[in-house]
Amino acid sequence: MTAAIKQPGWIRGALGALLGAAFGFALVVALRKASGLPAYQTEQTGYPQVVVPLVTGPLGFLLGFGCFDYWLRWAAGMPTIPEDHSQHGAKSWRDYFRFNTDHKVIGIQYICTTFFFFFVGGLMAMLIRAELAQPGTQIVDASTFNSLFSTHAVLMIFVFVIPVFAGIANYVLPLMIGAPDMAFPRLNALSFWMLPLAGLLFIGSFLAPGGAFDAGWTGYAPLSTGAPLGQSFFNLGVQFAGASSIATALNFLVTIITMRAPGMTFWRMPLLVWANLSTSLLVVAATPFIAGVQFMVLFDRALHTNFFQFAGGGDVVSYQHIFWFYSHPAVYIMMLPGFGIISEVISTHARKPIFGYRLMALALIGIVVLSYSVWAHHMFVAGMFSWLRVPMMITTLLIAVPTGIKIFSWLGTLYFGKIHTYSTAMLFALAFIVTFTIGGISGVMLGMVPIDIHVSDTYFIVAHIHFVLFGGSVFTIFAGIYHWFPKMTGRMYDERLGRIHFWGTLVCTWGTFIPMHWIGMDGMPRRVADYAAKFGDWNLLISCFAFGLGAMQLVFLYNMVVSWRFGPKAEANPWRANSIEWLVSSPPPIFNFDEIPRVVGGPYEYGVPGARHAIMAGESAEVAQPEPSVVGT
Amino acid sequence: MTGRLPIAKMLAATIAMTAVISAVMVSINWDGPEASTAAPKIDDLLNVMIVLSAFVFSLVMVMLFYALYKFRAKPGDESDGEPIHGNTRLEVAWTLIPTIIVLFGAGYSWAVLNEIEEPAPDAMTVDVFSQQYAWSFGYPGKGEAWSQGELHVPLDRQVQFKMHAQDVIHSFWVPEWRIKKDNVPGITTTAIVTPDKLGTFQLICTELCGFGHASMRAKVVVEKPADFRKWVAGLSEKIPQPFKESIVQDTETNPVPLSAGGA
Repeated sequence: MTAAIKQPGWIRGALGALLGAAFGFALVVALRKASGLPAYQTEQTGYPQVVVPLVTGPLGFLLGFGCFDYWLRWAAGMPTIPEDHSQHGAKSWRDYFRFNTDHKVIGIQYICTTFFFFFVGGLMAMLIRAELAQPGTQIVDASTFNSLFSTHAVLMIFVFVIPVFAGIANYVLPLMIGAPDMAFPRLNALSFWMLPLAGLLFIGSFLAPGGAFDAGWTGYAPLSTGAPLGQSFFNLGVQFAGASSIATALNFLVTIITMRAPGMTFWRMPLLVWANLSTSLLVVAATPFIAGVQFMVLFDRALHTNFFQFAGGGDVVSYQHIFWFYSHPAVYIMMLPGFGIISEVISTHARKPIFGYRLMALALIGIVVLSYSVWAHHMFVAGMFSWLRVPMMITTLLIAVPTGIKIFSWLGTLYFGKIHTYSTAMLFALAFIVTFTIGGISGVMLGMVPIDIHVSDTYFIVAHIHFVLFGGSVFTIFAGIYHWFPKMTGRMYDERLGRIHFWGTLVCTWGTFIPMHWIGMDGMPRRVADYAAKFGDWNLLISCFAFGLGAMQLVFLYNMVVSWRFGPKAEANPWRANSIEWLVSSPPPIFNFDEIPRVVGGPYEYGVPGARHAIMAGESAEVAQPEPSVVGT
Repeated sequence: MTGRLPIAKMLAATIAMTAVISAVMVSINWDGPEASTAAPKIDDLLNVMIVLSAFVFSLVMVMLFYALYKFRAKPGDESDGEPIHGNTRLEVAWTLIPTIIVLFGAGYSWAVLNEIEEPAPDAMTVDVFSQQYAWSFGYPGKGEAWSQGELHVPLDRQVQFKMHAQDVIHSFWVPEWRIKKDNVPGITTTAIVTPDKLGTFQLICTELCGFGHASMRAKVVVEKPADFRKWVAGLSEKIPQPFKESIVQDTETNPVPLSAGGA
């Protein structure tokens, strides 16, 4: 027992959480007593005896679990534990439930955790659609409904889409650039373990008096500053998710900049690496803004600061400016890694070099720069300084240009290729081009102020966001999962089930989200539990497709679980792809490379006779010099 | 390379598909009935965008499906495609043409925006008060008359709504007018509407404001000026003191549009 308490792990972690929470609780009660106040404070925005333990409890867990052991010994001048790689790699399934510094283990931990939240968030979507199947309120009351759609969005955004990309990149990116691991493996592990804490805080808010946070994922002040205790769970959950995100982005930046294999110049990096470089640039600069603004809301709630209290001299609209200064770049944080995945999948399965590789990379950088200058297009009717609308409209529309470049370049990649569609990954990549084009078109319309004035805050917005986040990001996530499933698990998934999942998901996505455009333009506002009777038929249809969409994801879950356990063994390179991760076995050896690969050419040299992207050091250096690229005719 | 593709046929298919999609989509009145001078202008902009979007969408579809039809690998074919790395002229084209399209859209939108927000010299001011979960309206030029849950405005005269939220953010939307504006605590926001259809409409709150958000509606009546004057004269209630204070305290932060010399 003492050994279990001394060793980092779940027992010490649980103890740490308990002690941390108890410490926070005791601190609040003691300070209140010392100040002559009643021990507990139960104003709905207050509850310091709950809010402080929500910070100290998770921190205690991270301490107990062992996330800080190595650093603390170092900082305290104690003898550090010699690195014996005991925390690296997975020998059994139990190792996935430990503090583990192997980027491959962390990648799987990320993906499984985030998909858990995807299914929880998906269940909430099913409840939302059940309620909306008919006008009137039948299943949940209006307050619960507000909690449901708020939590649905928050789970999907903060603990599914954003981190699942970090998970896929965690697994694939170091392999792809020929690195043995991420630059900071312990920081990487800490980043992961903060994530489930964020998810648990979001879900745990349902237990708070007054119910889960219900001011939408946008949490506009002053609705959020006056909301019940659940809102504080949201404010704090965002801190853990945000810190996790920022630390991972720093890790990616350093890894990409310093740890590329010899010979991999910037212009030889696969586009997935470019995509994660761009995404990380967005995360490190933008995410601190949402962390800050949620602290400001928490302080307004608990400490009676007046950031957003107009009666106390605060400015209500400034919340939206700070929030969207993060949350618009966040849209690209949720999309750029997907762009990278699509480039890998399409090039591999069309057996063709990416069309216009350099322009593709520059388009990513263009999106990063532009995405910082478009945030106020979310606020065209918000009562902000009205002159700002026009420049923000122009930048918003211009961001369609680099995005269009990507779409056309993917299409160009298909031409004169040998397109294989047997892989579910390729099907999702091709369907992504179609759905994302529609999402992009509705985005351009929303960027136009007069149209936006009419459709802002209606179901048109709900349709647009789901077309780009589900038809866009989630399709790329599926493409990525299917594409690298053999590499990650060493097993092949079932393509027949994959195709069922693909076609079902495609049809139901369109069936669910296309009619939402129509009812939005025709007058149905978003975020309502009840609506005018004339929208009843369309909503019933939408709900039916939504349930189908939910059911289809169970096919995916079954395919993944059963194939992981029983699927046929995967070869090192089942897709005959070029990038470095396919040069090693599936799954890769514990330290990735027994010998350091040497990069000798571009990442997509399909069809160039004798060309290679990388060779292993031991391989004969008899590699034909790639012929000069055939550039256009 | 391009010489080997049936460019003319692909363009013809794109134009045909654009025409079909546009004809169907433009014939549908997506935004519902029009009841303000701004509505047809916004709907025209939408229709122009639908045609341009139909073109972009058709182009992507034709390019995609032609590639899938023409360049599918035969079963068992494990060879690679042609090592084409790009084509500078094409890349310049699909950078410049979308830029021109979106800049045209931006210019057109800006022009529409200036038209629909052009203040009229004879405009009438109506105060809008929003609170969880009710709307009320003040008619300052009419002896501070006050109505709850029912807004009346005269036909064919520009109304400038001055919005004052009492607690959280609400948003004022009458779909038939195509006009929406948030009501923000602490500041006054303005929406400009010239109703040009008689009738009864619904005012919908479109900013999440709490559990009663879905039912925060009000009746909007557009009537002949004489009927409007009669109706206001019949109002017995005056704007309550707390609401009047919210007007006094508010700061107008919505400056004049650029076209009118503001900045």
